Amino acid sequence: MNKNIILYGAILIFGIAAPFIFPAFKVQLSILCILIILAITWNVQGGEMGYNTFGNILFYGLGMYLCASVQVGMFFPLGEWTEGGGEKTFVHTPAQFFQGFAVGLAVAAVVPAIIAGLIGYSILGLRGHYFAICTLGLGVAAGEISGGIEIIGAGQGFTTPPFPNVDRLEARGEFFYFCSFIVLVFTFLAVKAIYSTRFKLVLNAIRDNEDKAEAMGIQTMKYKIIGWMISAFFCGLAGGIMGGLVGYIDSTDVAFDGREMGVFMVLMAILGGKGTLWGPVIGATLFHIFKEGFWTFFLGWQYVALGVLIVVIVIYFPEGIMGWLREKYPERFGEVVDEADRKAQVTLK
Amino acid sequence: MLTLQAVLDGLLLGILFALIAYGMALQWGVMNIINIAQGDLVILGGYIAYFMYLYGIHPAWGVIVSPIIMYFVGVIIYKLVINKVVDRDLFISILATFGISILFMQLMNFAFGADVVLANSGYGTTMLFDNSVTLPNSKIFSAFISIVFAIGLVIYMKKSKLGRAIRATAQNARAAKILGVDTEKVYAATFGINAALCGVAGALISITFTIHPYMGLPYTIRSFMIVIVAGLGNLPGVAMSGMGLGVFEEFADYILGTEFRIGSVFLLLVLILVYRRFKLSRKREYLK
Repeated sequence: MNKNIILYGAILIFGIAAPFIFPAFKVQLSILCILIILAITWNVQGGEMGYNTFGNILFYGLGMYLCASVQVGMFFPLGEWTEGGGEKTFVHTPAQFFQGFAVGLAVAAVVPAIIAGLIGYSILGLRGHYFAICTLGLGVAAGEISGGIEIIGAGQGFTTPPFPNVDRLEARGEFFYFCSFIVLVFTFLAVKAIYSTRFKLVLNAIRDNEDKAEAMGIQTMKYKIIGWMISAFFCGLAGGIMGGLVGYIDSTDVAFDGREMGVFMVLMAILGGKGTLWGPVIGATLFHIFKEGFWTFFLGWQYVALGVLIVVIVIYFPEGIMGWLREKYPERFGEVVDEADRKAQVTLK
Repeated sequence: MLTLQAVLDGLLLGILFALIAYGMALQWGVMNIINIAQGDLVILGGYIAYFMYLYGIHPAWGVIVSPIIMYFVGVIIYKLVINKVVDRDLFISILATFGISILFMQLMNFAFGADVVLANSGYGTTMLFDNSVTLPNSKIFSAFISIVFAIGLVIYMKKSKLGRAIRATAQNARAAKILGVDTEKVYAATFGINAALCGVAGALISITFTIHPYMGLPYTIRSFMIVIVAGLGNLPGVAMSGMGLGVFEEFADYILGTEFRIGSVFLLLVLILVYRRFKLSRKREYLK
C-alpha cells in the first residue's frame, strides 16, 4: 500500500510539474493525457466487457462538436459564427470563454452518455464482430452526416473560440494541459473506483461468457448499457478538451476521425494490455512516443508505419505489455503460483 | 423517368457490389475472416486497369490482367498476415485487416496520387425510352462481365478439384485435413480468389465510376452488409441484396443529395444490424 501511495504521488507531482519542466512539449503532453483517457475508456468497453468497439469515436467527436457549439452558442448566434469560418467578428471576453468552456464540457460529457444509453439497447444486443462492424459504421456515418450539416460548419469546418488575450503568453498551453490532466486524474480515479466494485466482476462475466452470466441472473443488458455510458461520458470530455486544444474541428479529419483516433484508442489499449488498469496508460504513453517519432522522422510515411504497427501488434502482442508481464511474473499480479506444479507442467511439455 | 433511371443505375451498380460481396462471403465462410481491406483490394485492382489505360492499353483488358495480379497480391497477403490470424478471434482478424487497409490506402496514395481518376473506356452511351434514360455502355459492360465472372466462379467451385476442396474446408476444416486436403493451400487459394474477384470488380469500377485511394472502406461495408443480409453461401441472395443496395444508394443519392450518400450506406448497415438483432432477440438468439 505504501509503495502505491509513493507511486501515485510521484506521478501526480510529475504531472503537475511537467509543463514547467518541458515547456516546449505542453501541447504534446495534453494530447498524451487525452490519448490516455481514450485508451482507458476504450478498455472499460473493449477490455473489461469484451465488446470491442470502433465506435467510441462517435462520442469523442460528439463531445468535440457539442463543447464548441455550446461555448459559441451561449453568447453568439451559432450559424453566423460558423459561416464566418474563423473571422473574428465575435470575440469572447475571458469570462465568457471560461464559462462557456465549463458549460460546454459538462454538456459534452453528459449528452454523449445519454445518447449511449439511448442507442445502447439496440446496439449492445449485437455481439462480437457484428458489434465491432456496427460501431465502425456508426462512427463513419456520424462523420459523413455531420459533414453535411450547415450549422456546425459542414465541410468547411468549425473554428473553436480563440483563447482570450490574457497577460501571459504561456497561458493557453497551460490551461489546456491542466484541463486535460485534471480530467485524466478524474477518469483514472473513477475507473479505478469502478474496478474495485462488483460492477467490474459483472463486466468480466459478460466478457467471459454472456449466456452463463445471464443464466446466473445478471441483467446483462443493464450492465452493458451502464458500461457503455461510462465510456461515452469520458470520451465526450476528452473530445471537448481536444476540440479547444486543436482550435479547429473538421467532421472527418478531426472529430469523427475513425482512421486515426478511432484506431489509436483500440491499439493503445491492446498494446498496453486489455483488461488491466495500468495497461492502457502504459500503452498510450508508449504509443504516443512512438507515434511522434514516426510523425517527425518519417513524414508522409506515417500511415504506412501505422498500418504495419497495427498488424505487428495484433499478430505478435495480442496480450499487450501487461499480459506479457503477467505471464512472466505472475506473483506480482497476485496470482498464487505453485512452483512444483509449474515445473511439472514444464516437464510435461 | 428519373425513378427509372435511378433503378436501372442502381441495378447495374448493385451487380458490381454483389461480385465484391461474393468474394467476402467466400473468405468469411471458408476461413472465418472478415476482411476490412476488401475495399482497398478493389481500389488496387482499379488502379491496375487505370495504369493500363495510361499506357495506352484499353482498360477493358484490365478485367483479365487485374485479377491475375491481384491473385498473387492476395496470396502474398495471406502468407504474410492472414495465415497467422485464421484460427484466432474474429476481432483480431478485423483489426489486422484494418491495419492492412490503412497500409494499402497510404501506399496507393503515394504511388498513384490523391486525385480522383477514371479510365475512359470510350464506349459511349445508350439512350432508352425516348432519350429519357441514359445508360453508359460501360455500365452495361461491367454488369455483364460481373455476371460472367460470378457464374464462372460458381461452376468452378462446383466442378473443379480445388473448388471441392474449398467447399469441404468450409464445411469442416478438421475433417478436410484428415481426408488429405492441404487446408493451408486451400486458404491461400481462397484468399487469392477473393482478391482476384476484387481485382475484376476494381477494374470495372475504374471504367464505370471513379477511383480514389481512400474510397475503399465503403466497398468493404457494402459487401459486409450484402453478406449479412443474404447469409453465407446464399448466392442468389447475394445477387439480390447487392442489387437492392445499389438501388437504395441511387435513391439516397437522388433524394438526400450526394454528400449524404456514403453516410446513408453506413447508417443502413447500422439499421439492418439493429433490425436483425431485434428480430432474433424475440427468439432469445443473437447474430452469430
